[in-house]
Amino acid sequence: MTKVTLKVNGKEVSREVEGRTLLVQLLRDGLGMTGTHVGCDTSQCGACVVHVNGEAVKSCSVFAAELDGADVKTIEGMANPDGSLSVIQQAFQDHHGLQCGFCTPGMVMSAAALLKENPRPTEDEVRHYLEGNICRCTGYHNIVKAIMAASGQDVAVAAE
Amino acid sequence: MPKDFGIGASSKRREDLRFLTGKGHYTDDFNRPDQAHVAFIRSDVAHGRIKGIDAAAAEAMPGVLKVFTSADFADAGGIPCGWQITDRHGNPMQEPKHPILAEGKVRHVGDPIAAVVAETYEQARDAAEAVVIDIEELPAVMDMKAALAEGATKVHDDLTSNLCFDWGFVEENKAAVDEAFTKAHHVTTLELVNNRLIPNAMEPRVALAEYDRPGDSYTLYTTSQNPHVIRLLMGAFVLSIPEHRLRVVAPDVGGGFGSKIYHYAEEAFVTRAAKVLGRPVKWTSTRSEAFMSDAHGRDHVTRMELALDENGTFLAMRTETYANMGAYLSTFAPAVPTYLHGTLMAGNYATPLIYVNVKAVFTNTVPVDAYRGAGRPEATYQLERIIDMAAREMGIDPVDIRRRNFIKPDQFPYQTPVAVVYDTGNYQATMDRVLEMTDHGGFEARRAESAARGKLRGVGIAHYIEACGIAPSNLVGQLGARAGLYESAKVRVNATGSITVFTGSHSHGQGHETTFAQVVADRIGIPENMIEISHGDTANTPMGMGTYGSRSLAVGGSAIVKATDKIITKAKKIAAHILEASEDDIELADGVFTVTGTNKSLDWSAVTLAAYVPHNYPLESLEPGLEETAFYDPTNFTYPAGGYICEVEVDPETGKVEVVGFAAADDFGNVVNPMIVDGQVHGGLAQGIGQALLEQAVYDENGQLLTGSYMDYAMPRADDLPFYKVDHDNVTPCTHNPLGVKGCGEAGAIGSPPAVVNAVIDALQRAGHTHVTHIDMPLTPSRVWAAING
Repeated sequence: MTKVTLKVNGKEVSREVEGRTLLVQLLRDGLGMTGTHVGCDTSQCGACVVHVNGEAVKSCSVFAAELDGADVKTIEGMANPDGSLSVIQQAFQDHHGLQCGFCTPGMVMSAAALLKENPRPTEDEVRHYLEGNICRCTGYHNIVKAIMAASGQDVAVAAE
Repeated sequence: MPKDFGIGASSKRREDLRFLTGKGHYTDDFNRPDQAHVAFIRSDVAHGRIKGIDAAAAEAMPGVLKVFTSADFADAGGIPCGWQITDRHGNPMQEPKHPILAEGKVRHVGDPIAAVVAETYEQARDAAEAVVIDIEELPAVMDMKAALAEGATKVHDDLTSNLCFDWGFVEENKAAVDEAFTKAHHVTTLELVNNRLIPNAMEPRVALAEYDRPGDSYTLYTTSQNPHVIRLLMGAFVLSIPEHRLRVVAPDVGGGFGSKIYHYAEEAFVTRAAKVLGRPVKWTSTRSEAFMSDAHGRDHVTRMELALDENGTFLAMRTETYANMGAYLSTFAPAVPTYLHGTLMAGNYATPLIYVNVKAVFTNTVPVDAYRGAGRPEATYQLERIIDMAAREMGIDPVDIRRRNFIKPDQFPYQTPVAVVYDTGNYQATMDRVLEMTDHGGFEARRAESAARGKLRGVGIAHYIEACGIAPSNLVGQLGARAGLYESAKVRVNATGSITVFTGSHSHGQGHETTFAQVVADRIGIPENMIEISHGDTANTPMGMGTYGSRSLAVGGSAIVKATDKIITKAKKIAAHILEASEDDIELADGVFTVTGTNKSLDWSAVTLAAYVPHNYPLESLEPGLEETAFYDPTNFTYPAGGYICEVEVDPETGKVEVVGFAAADDFGNVVNPMIVDGQVHGGLAQGIGQALLEQAVYDENGQLLTGSYMDYAMPRADDLPFYKVDHDNVTPCTHNPLGVKGCGEAGAIGSPPAVVNAVIDALQRAGHTHVTHIDMPLTPSRVWAAING
């Protein structure tokens, strides 16, 4: 067992972890933060995307033991300080960018990472960036719309 | 003006607030104190005889509580099948036992043989590796036609063959159909495969059970589309637990698409294990397990013929389909290739004579059951492909041949030759709408532009019909269903006027919490935020049948309307008493009761309060309280229909197909929340385009599943798909339910595969590759390239 101390959504936490414990297991089982989801076992689906030190990371592909001192942000830390939805979250609701909600945490975290590095992506850039996030419900139409709307672009023309 | 609340408003979804902030409650998010964990040991061969199981080493490993085998379930029943099909000779289908853990033989890769329960999941997995299973491998039964040959290896030794049933529909019409073919001007023949798919809801299945010894009662948390059905099937048929001792909770569920309708062995396993061990027991499927244990979909092989006269009028159709059942009969499996498929073979057309033959076959593969559309995509694909082929052979435009054969608006209600009666529709108007949406007249210019870039452009049209709002109980009972298919609702009005609705429907992405609240708000005239929708818990909801077959609004919504109307009737009596008026003179509008022709009125909340504080109340004739339950059993199916147009570009160098335009014009009857309906269509289209271009469950000849992960099974990604144009403004309201709604959940997945394939064939034909008349799905680059260069 290894002791790791890291920040999760701004709050410092310490836990003893096994060498094989994944970050997503630490979040879900160790810290009870079940907003981050596991949808596959081959690092393909992206339901578990979180931010580690500001970068989008699939939390099923990182060992918790490697993250001593890391700054982790999850879906639970994405709302505004007053609890209202952030711009990206609000765009997902406004444009019906989610149905069952299972892939949604990963989608929101990926979208946030995309808009940080590319504040006004084209439709093609959004679609290409989401290659590692699988959604089975929406057909992606409204997810792409939501992300473009969150970037401040007029999506009505692009989509209809 | 779009409405801002109630029926017709694009109300934002209330459930999004928890899903967007990580506060959803999915089954895997539940943990119970002292819970133990399961790892299943699944067969790695498709077919074999179990010679021995040695669990001694595993049982001695750290944290292991018990290793279970079939011996631990000797007193349990098998996993039941919910439909009984009678074959064309009047005999019942062959129905093998489906044990919880394999008994004597394994019959597909992934078939559970044993299970380790341990303190932690890691310990259970480690110990599972140490269980020694001795299996004598047997030849795998994979090809359906070979499986029916004389002397073929049998999947089930105790059955007479691998034939589950040989079904004819309508058998009495067969001679007339055959006769019509002898007189036809033209006969088109098509052989095709409806590719096997894996539903892949993003949330893997989970089951967590606990047992309360003092009360001898159980709670099962499970990823289900219909918790009451699981309670009934598992309680009554598998584990012999009476309903009052078994609570089933299906909380937030991360997608279903059919795959979470069925009662699965893992649910019964954790429930029994929780009692045996006296501890909560939890199983969370890995995605790898999901690929080899969730019911698969489709997998039909069909030969069909269409007879036409010299004008392209359809005279008769006959089909022969081999339908893969997999190794065991899943809950709905026999209904899919029969009553959800044969009954839809008329499509939008007035074909007078139809005969459908289906041979359902056992193979050494994962059980096959309903997946989004369920039988109706298979019917639509056959019909819309052969119509295109016939049009091409006869030199008729694909749009025109459909137009000539449509059932006309004045022919409704329309009795098809395949038993069902369509209540309403206007297929011509739907076609006109989709042609307009896609600027069909401008296609040639777009084709020239594509050609200038070296791409082959094609356009494909497909019209579908589906039977939704499943289903009239007395009718499906005659057809072999072992359950009723009504829906329940309980409307509880609280003292100050807010309302909790308990529905037997289950939402796993459909947005019922929003839509159903809109229905009740509209009916009473109060704000949507005064209404809460509760679902998914057998402890607080009347016996309901759950969500599948695009039935929730048409059947579940109708039950809610019925219960709400009972509430309104009673509330009017209370209002009449307080207002000292006749009950017949009380009107309810915008949440206010008024006496007709006067200015005397009472607010909704004043009446609801009187119901619970009955000081001034007609106690001699009316009970206090305001809570009503209703069960709604539909009198017919609903028949959503639509016209879809796809435009593709094919790269002749690589065979890669790109969908460059897709439009869907649907008639869903009345629409409660247009935003949600659009989203349902988008998702269906993605699954249909996925079937057409990307997805296929592939087994090798030994029964090994080659597409066992997202590395191999091509799930549609964002960059595989376009923006879609969707429309549902052409409305012919359903004539037999109170909302006039038809259902929208499956349409996209039903109508899109033939539109895509028709478009690709069109592109190749227009480019001069006239030898290419059909390509089986999925139309991967290698298949298209091979067809071009064949």
